[in-house]
Amino acid sequence: MSTRVRPDVSPEARPSTATGTGSDARSGSGPLDLTDLPVRSRTYWLLADVGNIVRRGLTHYRRQPVNIAWQLGFPILSVLLYGHVFGSAMQVPGGGDYRDFLMPGMFAMTMAFGFINTATLVVHDSTKGVIDRFRSMPMAPSAVVAGRGVTDLLVACAELAIMMLTALVMGWRPDAGPGFLAAFGLLLWLRFALIWIGVWLGLLVPNPEAAGGLFVVAFPLTMISSIYVAPQLMPDWLGWVAAWNPLSSTAAATRELFGTPVAGDSWIERHALLMAGVWPVVLTLVFLPLAVRRFRRLSR
Amino acid sequence: MSEGNGDGYAVRAEGLEKRYGEKRALDGFDLAVREGTVHGLLGPNGAGKTTAVRILSTLVRLDGGRATVAGLDVARRPREVRARIGLTGQYAAVDEVLTGRQNLEMFGRLFHLGGRRARLRATELLDRFDLTDAADKGVGTYSGGMRRRLDLAASMILAPAVLFLDEPTTGLDPRSRGEVWDSVRALVTGGTTVLLTTQYLEEADRLASRITVIDQGRAIADDTPDGLKNTVGGDRVEVVVADRADIPRAVEVIARVADGEPEADEAGLRVHAPVTDRVNALTEVARTLQDEGVAVEDIGLRRPSLDDVFLRLTGHRTEPPGVRDTSTSASQPKEAAA
Repeated sequence: MSTRVRPDVSPEARPSTATGTGSDARSGSGPLDLTDLPVRSRTYWLLADVGNIVRRGLTHYRRQPVNIAWQLGFPILSVLLYGHVFGSAMQVPGGGDYRDFLMPGMFAMTMAFGFINTATLVVHDSTKGVIDRFRSMPMAPSAVVAGRGVTDLLVACAELAIMMLTALVMGWRPDAGPGFLAAFGLLLWLRFALIWIGVWLGLLVPNPEAAGGLFVVAFPLTMISSIYVAPQLMPDWLGWVAAWNPLSSTAAATRELFGTPVAGDSWIERHALLMAGVWPVVLTLVFLPLAVRRFRRLSR
Repeated sequence: MSEGNGDGYAVRAEGLEKRYGEKRALDGFDLAVREGTVHGLLGPNGAGKTTAVRILSTLVRLDGGRATVAGLDVARRPREVRARIGLTGQYAAVDEVLTGRQNLEMFGRLFHLGGRRARLRATELLDRFDLTDAADKGVGTYSGGMRRRLDLAASMILAPAVLFLDEPTTGLDPRSRGEVWDSVRALVTGGTTVLLTTQYLEEADRLASRITVIDQGRAIADDTPDGLKNTVGGDRVEVVVADRADIPRAVEVIARVADGEPEADEAGLRVHAPVTDRVNALTEVARTLQDEGVAVEDIGLRRPSLDDVFLRLTGHRTEPPGVRDTSTSASQPKEAAA
């Protein structure tokens, strides 16, 4: 009993700990002194918590590097199949090279499929009870979601780098310079917006197997876009849908920035750069609140 | 403020209510857990055990009533509560991909120990829970018992005042279960208060000094294991006959020394009844049965099991999952709760 009674100052009497930093005095146990934990601001701990969740996520990839290979497998296979098998038969409006047309599409598609990875990782954590453990700890609950997002963006950077190197090896020659960096940024911007769809779906689907099934939904969504084929080559109504697909704006904008623009006649196609910036904002405005609501519902 | 409000209770719940749609998961649930004890929360599947633990560990909001853990209101000061509790859920809530050490270091950092201290604490706990040899292997390769011990270790990083163990041995083989029990006993020796939910009557009996029985979201009994057994009656004399035809005669013989009506279990060829003067009753029954030429397979005294208690209190049996010892539960006549 005596070891459990803490010579603790009441949290009411000590405002710095009443904010719930979880760093107030604790009873000691064993040789390690746990009574003298650092007192830091809430923002410090939020950032530290996010950092630790990110570290966990990256350690997963370090321990299972094959997962990156799986995530890249489909886009790289698509590059090979569409680029080499169909490449000579595919048309590009304005007569550009199909591989120049395809590569930015592949990058956008890799970002798009990223939401499946986010959803799969979230559903694993929520069904296995890892999220519950985090929520029962004095860490910032929002760090669980924020950490997931930051991890996925870092992984997306690595994926893009690998994809681009593959493309360069295959003869893709984009314009170097600020346009290139801007394109890279727009691709990550799309991935950022899709994090929230991933988190929302990850908390919505009942098990990891169901998250795997999301691919069946995602695949047609990437087909009906300008990723593989320019919308003006599709039947009118389908071309219209494809042009308004948010992925098309990112694909078209990055084609422009990489120096291989494809002209389009509709408003949405002429404003690809603008819409590649706007679409992710719209997606975030819709799905971030949905994801947050779903996360809060865990307490219901 | 010392924890427990100085009233000696580490956990108090009064009239807890929780509804999920039409279903009342908790319906006026009361609980009081003394500091430094293991308190068993016993009930069948769906009785409300997990909901109670999820409310007390701040994972779920309550709809009504009031609860304090370590003297702090769980609804109003959840973050402070979280700094004082450990939680081990039905699922081993550790990271399957990381190693045991990486898990404990990560949780240590998330408990805000700082990197150096998190590393030291991880080493210390790995040693204490006998996981040092497997420390740098992925948790995916661990046995069920090792995983549960790692889970316990993770709950112990801050040496919490109150530890919630939600069905800690569900799905474990007997050896692993023994390992987890040993760990829990060691924690309590260190002064931690443990609230243990279980549907294994044996587990509550072995570990808990006090037991709350929960059924349909309400506490229907709160007593020591022995006290609960006494509500069913004290010791029972029990006879297993060789021949079904002898059951009526055995009932008759036992009735002469018993305090209450003997119960007969036709399928198990078993007759038993509560007795006060246990040794005399046993000798008397043995001698009379022998005199009357009744062939007896087994005869003995039996303390009532918590299973008997549950049946008495609720009118229905617990429904333990998987293969359990069913020697006492086969087709006993179900009498209505007294």
